[in-house]
Amino acid sequence: MAHFEKANSLEEWLDQRLAIKTLRRVLAEEYWIPKNINFLWAMGMVLAVTFGILLVSGIFLLMYYQPNVKLAFDSVNYTIMKEVEFGWLWRHMHAVAASVVFLIIYIHMFTGIYYGSYKKGREMIWISGMLLFVTFSAEAFSGYMLPWGQMSYWAGMVITNLFSLGSLELNGLVEWIRGDYVPGQAFLDRFFMLHVLLLPLVIMALIGLHFGTLRIPHVNNQDGEEIDFDAEAKKYLAGNKKEAKVIRFANDFMSKDMFVVSIFLIFYFYLVFWHFDFAMDPINFDPADGLKTPPHIYPEWYFLWSYEILRPFPKDPGLIAFGFAQVIFFALPFLDKSPNVAPASRRGAFKYWFWILLVDMIVLTVMGKLPPQGIYSTIGLVAAVVFIGLWVALPFITKNEKAV
Amino acid sequence: MKELKILGVVVFFTLLTYWGVEPYAHSVMHPHVESDGFKYDDLPALTKKGDAQRGAQTFLSAGCTGCHGVKAAGMPAPMDPNAAAASFGVNPPDLSNAGSVYDEKFLAALIKNPEHALMVEHKFSKMGRAYPMPAFYGVGGDKDQEVADIVAYLKSIAKKDVTPKEAYELACGRCHAMHYDNWTQIGEKPKFKHKKDELLFEAKVLEYQDYLTKYLGKLPPDLSMYIRSRGEHYLKTFMENPQNLLHGTAMPRVGVTAEAAEKVIEHMADVGDAKRHERTSVGVKVMIYLFIFAILAYLWKQSLWRELH
Repeated sequence: MAHFEKANSLEEWLDQRLAIKTLRRVLAEEYWIPKNINFLWAMGMVLAVTFGILLVSGIFLLMYYQPNVKLAFDSVNYTIMKEVEFGWLWRHMHAVAASVVFLIIYIHMFTGIYYGSYKKGREMIWISGMLLFVTFSAEAFSGYMLPWGQMSYWAGMVITNLFSLGSLELNGLVEWIRGDYVPGQAFLDRFFMLHVLLLPLVIMALIGLHFGTLRIPHVNNQDGEEIDFDAEAKKYLAGNKKEAKVIRFANDFMSKDMFVVSIFLIFYFYLVFWHFDFAMDPINFDPADGLKTPPHIYPEWYFLWSYEILRPFPKDPGLIAFGFAQVIFFALPFLDKSPNVAPASRRGAFKYWFWILLVDMIVLTVMGKLPPQGIYSTIGLVAAVVFIGLWVALPFITKNEKAV
Repeated sequence: MKELKILGVVVFFTLLTYWGVEPYAHSVMHPHVESDGFKYDDLPALTKKGDAQRGAQTFLSAGCTGCHGVKAAGMPAPMDPNAAAASFGVNPPDLSNAGSVYDEKFLAALIKNPEHALMVEHKFSKMGRAYPMPAFYGVGGDKDQEVADIVAYLKSIAKKDVTPKEAYELACGRCHAMHYDNWTQIGEKPKFKHKKDELLFEAKVLEYQDYLTKYLGKLPPDLSMYIRSRGEHYLKTFMENPQNLLHGTAMPRVGVTAEAAEKVIEHMADVGDAKRHERTSVGVKVMIYLFIFAILAYLWKQSLWRELH
C-alpha cells in the first residue's frame, strides 16, 4: 500500500489519488497549440459542443420515444411535440444539430484539405476523422428512421436496397439487414438500437482516438510551419509569451474556441427557433405509408453529393462509383504525393484541385436533390465524372509539385 | 482582416449550397401556385339583393332541411352521420354557420349547381354519376332572387365570430379526422366510462369511413400534422382550389371566405404546431442569453490574448 499524507484541501486529496494536477497539466495547460491559427481551428470544439447537444437532447427524447411502428410517429409528433414540457425544444435542437453537425464536419474536412493537415505524420488524424465521418453518417441515417414518417420509411427502403449490390441481386442480404421483406418492426428496432447504443459508443471511442492522434504530430498551423514544440514551450513558460510560437490549450486556445462556439450557437439557435424546416423535411411529418411512394425521394442534404454520384450512371457502374466516393477520402494522405505541408494557395496545381473539388461537390449536392431529368441529369453526370477524375488526377498533379 | 475574409468564403459556400438544395430545388420540385385571395372569380357575382325573412321561407320550401340540419334555427339533422353517409357518401353539413364560413358567391353557385361550384364534375356527371345534392330549380319565382334570399337567410343566422375549431369542423371535419385533437369525421370522440361504449363508437367511425372511402375512392387523410407536412401556403392554395395542386383529386373546392380560411389554418396550427408561440418567446430569451455569452467570451479571449500578441 502506497503512503498517503493527510490532505489539506479537496484538490490535494484528489491529486494524491488521481494525479489531477498532472492530468490538468498534460491535457490542458501544457498541451501546446500553435499560435498561428484562425477560427477554422475551433471547428473541433464546435463539433464537440454539437455532439454534446445531440447527446443531451437525445437522452431527453429517449425518455418518451416509442420504437414501435404503430406508436413511433405519434410518440414524436404528439407526445414529445405537444404533451411533454419543452419536448418540442429538445426535438428541434436534436434535429437541427444533426444537420448542422455535418456542415461543421465538412468545414472541418475542407480546412484539413486546404492546409494539408493530413500528411507527414498527421495521417492518423485524417483517417480517424474519416472514420468519425462515416460513423456520424450511419448515426444520422439510423436516427432519420426513428420518427417513422414517409421519408424515414422510403429512405430506409432505398438505402437498404443498395445492399443488393446491383446485378448481384443479393436480395437475401437486403432482407437480412431489414429483418423483413420491407421496412417494418424488426427494421425500426434494429435501427433504434444502432442509433441510441452501438453507434454512439463507437463515436465516443473514435472521438477519443481522434484526440489521441493529435498528440504526437500536434495541430497544424496556417503556414504549415514545422514547429519545435519543446523549444517554443520553454519560451512560453519562461514568460516570453509574445515571442513563443505556441499557446496553452487552456485557457489561451480555449478562450478563442469559446468565442467561436458562442457565434456558432447564435447561428444554431436561430435555426432551431426560426428556420428548422431545412433540417426537418416536411414530408417526414406524414406518417410512413408503404402503399404511397412520395414523388421525390431524396436523402438529407449532407448525403446528396454521394447520392448524385450513384444516380447518373447505369446500375452497376453507379454502385461502383458510389462505393468509390465513400472510401476515396480515406486515401487522401496517400494520393497526395507532394511533401509540402502548406495552404493550397501556395501549392500550384493543387490550389485548383481544391477549389474544383469544393465547387464540384456543391454542384453534386444541388443536383442530388433536383429530380433526375433533362439538364439536371447531364450536369449531375458531368459533376460525378469530374469528381472521379479529380481523385485519379491527384497523384499526378502533386507528384511534381515544387517544394515551398 | 484575414479571419473575416475566411469567414466570408465559408459563409458564401454555405449559403450557395443552402440556396441550391432548399429554395431552388423546391421551386423546381413544387411549382409555385399563387392564391387568388379567395375571390372565386370564376363564379358569377350575386345580382339580386337578398331578403333574409323571405329566404327563411324559401329555405324551407326548397327542401334543404330534408338533408341539412340547422341547429341555430332549432332544426336538428334529419339523419345521424352514419345514416346520412350511407345514403349520400358523406354527411351533409349543418348549415348554422354556413353563412359566415362560406363565401356568398360560392354559396349561391353551389345552390344552383353544386358539382360545378365544388369543381367535382370530373368525378360525377362526366363519369355518369349523379352528385348527391340536387341543383335548386326554384320554387316558382325569380330563381336568382330566391337564391339570394336563401344566402341572405344563411348569413343572418350564422355566428359572426366562429372559432377556428368551428370553422375547421364545418369546412373540413366531415371528411378529415384530426386525431391529435380527438376529432373524428362523425364528431369529437367523447370520454367513455365503459370499453364497450368506446368500441361501439369506434365501430361507427369505421363504418362512416367506409362510406366515405367508397364515395371518394380513398379515405381523406388525417390532418393532425398537415400544418407541418404541407405548410400554410400549400394548405391555403389547396383549400382555394384543390385541382391546382392535385389535379383530378376527388376533394371538392371548399369555398370558404379568406377569413374562414385563416381560421382553418389557425386551428390546424393549434393542433399540429401547438408550441409555436412558446417557440418564439423562448427563442428570443435564448438569443439574449447567447449575445451576452458571446460578449463575455470575446472579452475573456481579448484579456488572455493581449499578452500573447
